[in-house]
Amino acid sequence: MYMFKYVTKRLGLMLFTFFIIFTMCFVLIKLLPIPVNVLPGQDPEIVMATLEGRGWITNVKEGANGVYTYDRVPILIQFGTYIKRIVTQGDFGIATTYGEYVNQPIWNVFVNHLPPTILINIYSTLIGVPIGLGLGILAALKKNKWQDQVINIFIILLISVPSIVLALMLQYTLCFKLGWFPIAMSTSDDYFTWEVFRSMIPAVFALCLGSIAGYARYTRAELSEVLTGEFMLLARTKGLTKKQAIYRHAMRNSMVVIFPSILSEFVGVLSGSLIIERMFVINGVGGLYLNSITFQDYDFFMLLSGFYTLVSLTAGIVIDISYGFIDPRIRMGAK
Amino acid sequence: MAATNNYNNIPADKFRFVDKGEFIHDKKFDTKPVSYFQGAFRRFSKNKGAVVGGIVIACLILFAIIAPFFTPFRPAYYDMVYAYVTPKNSLFANSDIDFWDGCRDKDTNFLGYIKDYALARETGRDVIKGGVDNYTVSEDGKNYSYRYDTYYGVGFGKYKIISQEQFNAIQEYQNETGRQVLYPVVKASDRPTLEKNKYDANIYYKVEDPKVSTLRPKLDENGDIIPNYWKYEANDVPALVADYNSLRIEGENGITEDGTQYFYAYGRKVDGGIEVRAEYYELYIYEHTQVKQDGIEEPLFLFGTTETGKDIFACLAYGARFSFIFASVVAAVNFIVGVIWGSISGYFGGKIDLFMERFAEILGSVPTMIVITLLKYHMGATSQALVLFIAFFATGWIGMAGRTRMQFYRFKNQEYVLAARTLGASDSRIMFKHIFPNGLGTIVTSVALVIPSMIYSETSLSYLGIINLEAGNTTSVGTLIAAGQKSIMANAGYVALFPCLFLVLLMLSFNLFGNGLRDAFNPSLRGSED
Repeated sequence: MYMFKYVTKRLGLMLFTFFIIFTMCFVLIKLLPIPVNVLPGQDPEIVMATLEGRGWITNVKEGANGVYTYDRVPILIQFGTYIKRIVTQGDFGIATTYGEYVNQPIWNVFVNHLPPTILINIYSTLIGVPIGLGLGILAALKKNKWQDQVINIFIILLISVPSIVLALMLQYTLCFKLGWFPIAMSTSDDYFTWEVFRSMIPAVFALCLGSIAGYARYTRAELSEVLTGEFMLLARTKGLTKKQAIYRHAMRNSMVVIFPSILSEFVGVLSGSLIIERMFVINGVGGLYLNSITFQDYDFFMLLSGFYTLVSLTAGIVIDISYGFIDPRIRMGAK
Repeated sequence: MAATNNYNNIPADKFRFVDKGEFIHDKKFDTKPVSYFQGAFRRFSKNKGAVVGGIVIACLILFAIIAPFFTPFRPAYYDMVYAYVTPKNSLFANSDIDFWDGCRDKDTNFLGYIKDYALARETGRDVIKGGVDNYTVSEDGKNYSYRYDTYYGVGFGKYKIISQEQFNAIQEYQNETGRQVLYPVVKASDRPTLEKNKYDANIYYKVEDPKVSTLRPKLDENGDIIPNYWKYEANDVPALVADYNSLRIEGENGITEDGTQYFYAYGRKVDGGIEVRAEYYELYIYEHTQVKQDGIEEPLFLFGTTETGKDIFACLAYGARFSFIFASVVAAVNFIVGVIWGSISGYFGGKIDLFMERFAEILGSVPTMIVITLLKYHMGATSQALVLFIAFFATGWIGMAGRTRMQFYRFKNQEYVLAARTLGASDSRIMFKHIFPNGLGTIVTSVALVIPSMIYSETSLSYLGIINLEAGNTTSVGTLIAAGQKSIMANAGYVALFPCLFLVLLMLSFNLFGNGLRDAFNPSLRGSED
């Protein structure tokens, strides 16, 4: 029962934090001048009507030489309208300045950009977790032998070489020099064809190298600590072979710590791949976010900020909560 | 046995008092006392990796401090003509080693070769390294490969229009120094007709068909190119000659053909000035030493240039300097604020702690990216360094505060603290005299580890284009890496090489250094995160 209480408490706290950040963002954004730049081909009257319809401005009047005057709606009222629209209609606004998506519902654009980002992260997790765990386990079992040394050097190099450099090197060798993969990701919407998959490989590779090193390091540290535990000695004493002891006791116990970190890394990596998305021209959320910044499309920025904040908050509590489910020894919320 | 060890009957006079009448004092240690920090230093210097890391960091910092003074170039400098010239070091430039010589391997066809050949013949420069004959031809005779000098290979570029005063000044400079900047021009009617080739000042020779897009030079019986200079008779119509002569280079007597003396025309009067063929290498030297006088003596880019012709060495040096100064300042401010916040929160505990923790938690969960974007919107594009500073401060001190708080929790109930309290020490005395020095090692280590991560964040933000430091007359390693990525397509990998190398060295050495510091300050934690 306290499990349920703990989870709801954590979730409640998370949502509270999220709400505060979201409100802060909204207020800070709304303090900025409203971008009423009328793009070529747009009717200023319609632009004004749209802004008024969205509840941003009121009292629109056309002046003598086509200059519009208007009053701003108080920010809190704007916020109320904004939240109401989201809750009742799932409407996050429409793009007003973001070139290619002007007048499209932001939510749809966002959802269309999600698949590449998520796919790349899933692929990278699918590749990274087994390799990372395998290397970590090998290093822990062969501790201080040459296998361990080699893996250690590999880990230190991968962790120290920044992902930006790693990705650039991969792009240069795999895509440019060897020409095995296209330099940019294919723009096709058919995400499960070989062509698209192939164009994703360099990005996936760049993304998973860092997490391989992370998993390997973590697994090695965790497993080698468990291996020195006294219950391992007991397991051997009561007659288990080394293999059995490792499989049944050491691995399970070390996974208690490793598994939550995998979950958290998976969630967290959604927000961390901005650089990779930029470098391999992936048509994902990251690019959308960066472009919304340059275009100053504030509604886009609100939605994506909310998304990234939510992702990072979730990644934070996933570890804590999953510990409780996996490891009965940890009594959560206990003082 | 019993006879030899007759303990019961040892005569009394065999005994004597050890210290009859004198007091025993503790002996002073012969060895010197080792303080905590001395011990830490001793442990640190035994860790080879950490020491090497420290030395590399020192070198990088030294580079960032000193290098800007040794290069006349600035991050704001750019010269589109010298875009993508390769790294050149005067030590290697004249040697036979094909490395760091400002050249690149060029594979081209015969027409490409003859263009470079013509340039080399006219200017007398090693456009092709090792002389014009130093090339290899593939078996089918189609592919010519040689070391192509990216500096001299620029040649003349386009025809340039300058004013009469400039023309005179250049003439004067030529006479003074004996360096040739201006070369004879080709008469407008003799030039290739297509717009693309018309203004190409590198084509000074006769071509077979001036109307086509790919020009094929007309060769004489020796297989040599034929110059197509505009020449006029020395004794031509006087009215014209006066005009020409104003554009003549003094002391230049042209050529004599069939007993008639011809002069070359070194310029052509057009609207807005005089159209000349100036060799860019010499013109560059002239412009920078005589006109701008900005300390640049010749085009020599140690690390090459980017696609916009920025000097990578200067950009890297200034970028590194900015990064180091910036990271140290932010780390120092974070350190001060974090320590104060964390010690108050950790020492007093209870409701104060709960409130301060919540506050820090909420502030800390705002993604840095969002903070920066919001700040950028509000503060405009001109004060980007300030935006970075505020954003890194707003999110950075929290980690420091958390670590300090942990240390305070660790020490605040220890006996010596309780003793100090019993003796009546004030709160601030206990906090900063008794607890803080004990936690200092851990906190300092975290400062050392925060610096590279800050430099890396700054680099990635510049790479992503969210922050553009070039507005503030400096630059960032990240901007260079972004330029390097573009240059991959142009097969100019060196643009990315140096910034990447810098970043990798920095991260690697800071990691080693930081781990060494951590092990030195907390011997019990040794290897816990390896």
